[in-house]
Amino acid sequence: MPHGEPLPLRVVDLRIETTSGVEVVDEITFDVGRGEVLALVGESGSGKTSTALAALGYCRPGLKVVRGEVSVKGTVVSALDEGALRAARGAQVSYVPQDPAAALNPRHRIGALLEESLTVHGVEKADAKARCVELLEQVGLPSTDEFRARYPFELSGGQQQRVLIAMAVGCKPSIVVLDEPTTGLDVTTQARILELLRDLSKDHGLSFLYVTHDLAAVDQLADRVAVMYAGRVVEVGPRERVLREPAHPYTALLLASVPRLTVRRGLAAITGSAAPPGERPTGCFFHNRCTLAEERCTSEFPPTSRVTDGWSVRCWNAGIAKVRQPPAETSAPDTTATTPLLQVRELAASYGRKRQSDQLVVSGVSLDVQRGECVALVGESGSGKSTTARCVAGLHAPVSGTIMLHGEPVAGRAADRARAQTQAIQLVFQNPDRSLNPSSTVAGILQRPLLLFGICGRREVRAVAAQLLERVHLRSRTLDLYPHELSGGEKQRVAIARALAAQPQLLICDEVTSALDVSVQATIVRLFGEFLKDGLSLLFITHNLALVNSIATRTLVMHAGVVKEAGQTAQVIGNPRDPYTRRLVAAAPELGVDAGASPTNSALVGDPAPPAARSTRG
Amino acid sequence: MTSGEMPELDLAPGAASVGAPRAEALEIAPEETQRPARLPAARGFVNGVLGTTTGRVGLVMVLVVVLIAVFGPLVRPHDPSVVVGAPYGPSSGTALLGTEALGRDGLSRFLSGGRLLLLVGLATTTVAYLIGGALGLMMGYARGVFDAAASTVVDIFLSVPPIILALLLVAGLGSGVEIVALAVTAVQIPPIARLVRSFTLAVAATEYVEAAVARGERQGSILWHEVLPNIRIPILADIGIRMSWSIMLFASLSFLGFGQSPPAADWGLMISENRGGLLIQPLPVLVPAVAIAVLAIGTNLVSDAFGRSIGRTQEGSHASR
Repeated sequence: MPHGEPLPLRVVDLRIETTSGVEVVDEITFDVGRGEVLALVGESGSGKTSTALAALGYCRPGLKVVRGEVSVKGTVVSALDEGALRAARGAQVSYVPQDPAAALNPRHRIGALLEESLTVHGVEKADAKARCVELLEQVGLPSTDEFRARYPFELSGGQQQRVLIAMAVGCKPSIVVLDEPTTGLDVTTQARILELLRDLSKDHGLSFLYVTHDLAAVDQLADRVAVMYAGRVVEVGPRERVLREPAHPYTALLLASVPRLTVRRGLAAITGSAAPPGERPTGCFFHNRCTLAEERCTSEFPPTSRVTDGWSVRCWNAGIAKVRQPPAETSAPDTTATTPLLQVRELAASYGRKRQSDQLVVSGVSLDVQRGECVALVGESGSGKSTTARCVAGLHAPVSGTIMLHGEPVAGRAADRARAQTQAIQLVFQNPDRSLNPSSTVAGILQRPLLLFGICGRREVRAVAAQLLERVHLRSRTLDLYPHELSGGEKQRVAIARALAAQPQLLICDEVTSALDVSVQATIVRLFGEFLKDGLSLLFITHNLALVNSIATRTLVMHAGVVKEAGQTAQVIGNPRDPYTRRLVAAAPELGVDAGASPTNSALVGDPAPPAARSTRG
Repeated sequence: MTSGEMPELDLAPGAASVGAPRAEALEIAPEETQRPARLPAARGFVNGVLGTTTGRVGLVMVLVVVLIAVFGPLVRPHDPSVVVGAPYGPSSGTALLGTEALGRDGLSRFLSGGRLLLLVGLATTTVAYLIGGALGLMMGYARGVFDAAASTVVDIFLSVPPIILALLLVAGLGSGVEIVALAVTAVQIPPIARLVRSFTLAVAATEYVEAAVARGERQGSILWHEVLPNIRIPILADIGIRMSWSIMLFASLSFLGFGQSPPAADWGLMISENRGGLLIQPLPVLVPAVAIAVLAIGTNLVSDAFGRSIGRTQEGSHASR
């Protein structure tokens, strides 16, 4: 970067507090060069979004910038008044939000929305249309009159996100803030959006501040990575260095908790959880979760130390972290039994009143689940995987086909099933916010299935519920809390405990980790590994192919209601035969090169540790 | 430091695979943070209503009218049906509010006339909520043909103004307190059913209800344990407003002469009986009218403060995460 030309974005010693004076982020320093993509990575609550919004000169209600400087192309954003700030937003700094459907005004046509974003920043009305056509082509959308006359709801999620990207880059801003731009999208769509962003930064010299928790996506797009933990940037450096040989133990652990497509491995779990603002410990904020912590870590926050040029880290023990990766959580299913636990044959299902064959959302789905086996059902949204799960759970009556438990056919609706059958099949939902009764304490939630199935008497309920919580690694203190007092991961554990309360034989997991942070996902996956060893069977529904690799014995890939490919997980992912599966595998973002290829200079050991190494641990 | 001495982050497989005790596995359990205990609905009511000016003002208004209505008959200076002076006489030591159309003591009649009104308001709303609420719960949960049929009937009733509906019922069944109370109850059922149905629809679509369905809970049990607790707060807020509304409807019907028969003291009836002398002695009309208005406004303020406090509690708890 030549001297003299100001950087597109420069953040120096930024501190944001709540209006009541509690620190949210502090000592944030980083910059973004021209044509560069800086990824701001962190888990929920790490302060990454607050930091990124500060680049737009914006603070969410209840927060304020109390120290530090944010400058865009040499202009100090914090010194601007509201009018100047409004002019700068869109023209100098722009923003691509997470949920494209919510960000586009549904009452305006695409063309009008795009042209408006240009004209408010001084582009002449006459030129706006031509520029709009140009932009649509640039983001890979049709530029026809027909397309520009469409309303946002007539576009797919990926197209909507492209329109928002076009709006963001329309005035050639110095810096574009991307807030989890691909989180809600299918993998194939996500891959294309990432490709578009990469092209925009390379071909047009655009600079991006990319806020995300998805490390695999970061690896596809970013030039540099800044890792945030509990409101501080703990490591910042070139992507290929930080993601391959992380210097900070948190970065190392975070990377080890990401499921991998090319490496069949278990997921490392970080003990404990990040302290929220106001409850952060003294010394290094990570010390209470770090096994490398020593006395100094508990009293003094480590200063920024340089690893190499452009790579710095805040840790007293930087560069020595080495993560031992646990093996994949797969189990050896009980194949001695003659009949599988669950058999689904030629299942077909539809929605709406008309049960016509052309409206089937699921057709001809057959699958078996053995005792103690985890079978994964993978597909993009609308593939029919969740409908299949709902049919098995008895929440949706199939049009045709049979579902057999222990070789006995079961009724389509849970209400028509025998008590033993409903008890044997339990369901865990995607979003724990919606799957736990908000008016009931955890004890009350767990009590329902316990009493329904006569697992225990009314007097023992508390004791049995406490045992269930222990099985999902929650303290019995949790019994008297309400769902809204728990974190996302804790809520999902309670939902799992509620399913376990029925003493089921089959647990259906519908996208159970997709609403959770990656490190929390790792702990949940390890929990499922324990259940498999106890002989429980899992039907694991997910869109995340890499996650399947860490847990499932067999995998079925669904597309448009049909099973495209089925087989051993290693085979389906490693050597897909169906073209659709191949496309899916190719599109899935993958973290890093195969760690096994260069084990000598890699701090992360991708392969499972040999048994000998494992037994040495205390 | 050589690579051989590198400390390792202890991330070997979990307790199950190496046979470590459960206690160690428990360390995975996150979150030690102590959060403030949740406000139960009752405490939310107390805090929300007593903690805000609107709530306090509303509560005082309601309490004043309720105390007058309940204890008024015990402290009245005269028998409300005994003539103490000339019609529409001025305020005096014996008749603080003057006398009314037939020369009876205005104050004594006012103190005697609220008890039944309040009782009817309370009883009709309670009964209407029991019936309409149960109907709404079933409509919202069962959906399908039952809901479609019941909704059509409810819509037909909702299309007729309630006062006309009540008058029709009274005209058909005859007058008298019991009949009017029945009419006031009946006209409240359709709007309550409609409201509870819409609350139920939203909750019935949630996954905790689906989880209960999937484990084969009976319908009544799902409605009682999963649905009802989650719609009780908007219902509680609605009950207050509806109670003041039913008091007003009952007073209106009394005013029109369908409630208690003339010798009895009743606020609605008082307004009706004494409106002829409004310019000579307005107090026997104004005082009961103001009492009804104060009760209605107070109930609305309390309901409002309660509703807001619940909203604030929930928002607050979400923001703290």
